[in-house]
Amino acid sequence: MANKAPINKIISFSNVDGPGNRTSIFFQGCGFNCLFCHNPETINLCLNCGICMEKCPAGAISRDEEGRIVWDKDQCVSCDTCIQVCPHSSSPKIRWMTTDDVMQEIHRSAPYITGITCSGGECTIWYEFMLELFKKVKEINKGCLIDSNGSFDFEQDPRILEYCDGVMLDVKAANPEWHRTLTGADRDMVMKNLRYLLAANKLYEVRTLIFPDRDRENEETVKYVSEIIQDRCFYKIIRYRPFGVREENKKLLGEWTTDEKYAEQYAQLARDLGASKAYVV
Amino acid sequence: MSEALNIIKDETLTYRQELIALARLGESTDNTIRYSEAYYEGKRKGALCDLNEGVMPYRPRYICPDYDLLFEKGCAFLGIEPPTDLLEAVNALEIFYAHVPSITTYPVYLGDLDKLLTPFVEKEDPAFAKKVLKLFLLQIDKVLTDSFVHFDIGPEDNPTARMLLELTEEMQLAVPNITLKYDPERTSDDFALACIRCMLKTAKPSFANHRMFVSEWGEDYAIASCYNGLKKAGGGFTLPRMRLYECSLDASDADDFLNRVLPHYIDLQLEYMDKRVRFIVEESTFFKDNFLSTEGFVKQENFTGMFGVVGLAECCNNLLGITDKKKGFGLNREATQLGVRIMDAIEKRVSEHVAPYCDAFDHRYRLHAQVGIDTDGMQDSPGTRIPIGVEPTMLEQLEVNEIFHKYFPTGTGDIFKFEETYIKTPEAILPIIKGSLANGLRYFSGYLENNDVVRVTGYLVKKSEIEKLNQRKQSLNNVTVFGKGAQDGAHALDRRIQKHGE
Ligand code: SF4
Ligand code: SF4
Repeated sequence: MANKAPINKIISFSNVDGPGNRTSIFFQGCGFNCLFCHNPETINLCLNCGICMEKCPAGAISRDEEGRIVWDKDQCVSCDTCIQVCPHSSSPKIRWMTTDDVMQEIHRSAPYITGITCSGGECTIWYEFMLELFKKVKEINKGCLIDSNGSFDFEQDPRILEYCDGVMLDVKAANPEWHRTLTGADRDMVMKNLRYLLAANKLYEVRTLIFPDRDRENEETVKYVSEIIQDRCFYKIIRYRPFGVREENKKLLGEWTTDEKYAEQYAQLARDLGASKAYVV
Repeated sequence: MSEALNIIKDETLTYRQELIALARLGESTDNTIRYSEAYYEGKRKGALCDLNEGVMPYRPRYICPDYDLLFEKGCAFLGIEPPTDLLEAVNALEIFYAHVPSITTYPVYLGDLDKLLTPFVEKEDPAFAKKVLKLFLLQIDKVLTDSFVHFDIGPEDNPTARMLLELTEEMQLAVPNITLKYDPERTSDDFALACIRCMLKTAKPSFANHRMFVSEWGEDYAIASCYNGLKKAGGGFTLPRMRLYECSLDASDADDFLNRVLPHYIDLQLEYMDKRVRFIVEESTFFKDNFLSTEGFVKQENFTGMFGVVGLAECCNNLLGITDKKKGFGLNREATQLGVRIMDAIEKRVSEHVAPYCDAFDHRYRLHAQVGIDTDGMQDSPGTRIPIGVEPTMLEQLEVNEIFHKYFPTGTGDIFKFEETYIKTPEAILPIIKGSLANGLRYFSGYLENNDVVRVTGYLVKKSEIEKLNQRKQSLNNVTVFGKGAQDGAHALDRRIQKHGE
């Protein structure tokens, strides 16, 4: 049977997932559980509990013979009730697709795009699928980028790097404790990937989220990254935004968007340390 | 109150706007050109519309003078010598513009300004040249106060075009409209990106599919008014339009529409055009004694009639009994396919009609996707566009456009509104423009949400000027009042925004 992966959504045109105009593919499932996740419905695979099915106002969710949840795109009115009521950080609006299915959509946007970006969730969970997809995308001469949380060991299995133009790596925290608090996971693999991908010339960009009033944590992470990457890749300093963040986590992280000037200080710090391609978004 | 008194007492009109309105009123008292009863019936029903062109055309609707000839030979009537430097060149143009008529009374085509002026700009100190161009643009904005005033640049990069772009950004003027003639082989990415940056800040230039226009018109074509393709040293005699939604109300179903109703109205519009074209050439004195014609700045054989259509979306939806626009034309294969059948039928019938004059076009009229006017309301979407408010993703919208743009050599286009993040990523827009033009899009316009200068249905206005009219103050720009009508009646500024993540 053909290799399938759960796709949360495909955006035909995106201007924020790498250079140029890109088709972005969002996979379902993530090994991290970040407090600040803006789309927590991409974290886990559906457990088929059926809670969302009861609440859907459009009758767009049902069960198949084997009891699995199925979503009817045509019935759906995009109210997102299902996402709000799901207790498992999941979504019923997933399509299990083959690489050919995904290619069909990429073929459609191909005339207008620079390349594709695999994102998530965490796309590296679906490594074999992505590898197969990238090979096909390269055949039509489009670029391939990976947007990753750094949990996959690229050094151990670098096959995909041959087809991938670069990785956009999230470095959420340099401090091990703070990393664990934020993501529920260890930071070591992220740091290993940071160095490995840079050395392999496959690091397109590093991203760090700047939280309001977290001077010590913000500074530690920005310093750590800047000293390593220098001018060899972009460094995107992202302002924390509370939209979509789960209520209980906003209490810890902040109810407000990080001030632009505050974030700009860290981009300046990065540039002072040699990461000349640092900028704020 | 009499209509004349209404005009005179209207506090929102400037002196010149009153003068134009009064002249129109005067013209409308004549009835020399008579049409068939069936034509008047169609007009009463709103199926046919003359776009207030006036009952007695005393000049062609759009005129695209040969400015190269002005620079080569000068103009005897105006006593202009061929210019020898930039100041003389700009001065010659400014004088000349004041004497180029059109439906709006202002020139709708100012020339391929970069090509015209480059030989003179190159001879000057760049700072001085820029200063001259700045005053030139200011003169245009303040004297030719109408957004249908239009100049072209490209396809090649050049310092004059760069200066014009920089000044456009700096000055934030709604007049004039600008088109880049884009050719993938001749227009560099760097130049195209400069145009996109300018477009995001000022809603112009738009991007014309140079190859497509050249294949239909030859190299010497002009983009004039909002997006009209026309021949240089020529223009458009007249532009009436079929309001396809209103036409469709006469039909019992799609087949009845295609077999009976559509041919009926096409023929009436052709009758109307033939009579007007004959009148302009045979009765009016424009081609006989106007210096533009006698000195060769325009040639009668280079004019054609523009056969306009509007409201294809609503027409298709009505014929298929679709009441929910979200499931209609542009979003529903069956409705879009019907649109193709209708356009094929219109194109075929119009191309079979032997038009008077129009020698350079084998005596044929050419189709035009009319953008709508302020009084249209929500009933007729511009040309073949998907109705505002139900636009699908940008990809799907482009695909639909690409199907329909080929029908309209005398102009069509679509407008895309970009979310603010695009100001930092013009490189994300370039592949979209390249891809769509390569796939058959004719004309691409864009603007950034939250800009003051915005594109309404084809022309540009400043939102702050619409605000002035809302408060009943005068606006210097003739077109602002159309913009207000289009926003009030058709929510033209509420089009879908291309956001990141969609
Ligand atoms: S978004 Fe979810 S809850 Fe809402 S209609 Fe669609 S499937 Fe149902
Ligand atoms: S999406 Fe969530 S709520 Fe719906 S069935 Fe799956 S796990 Fe349950």
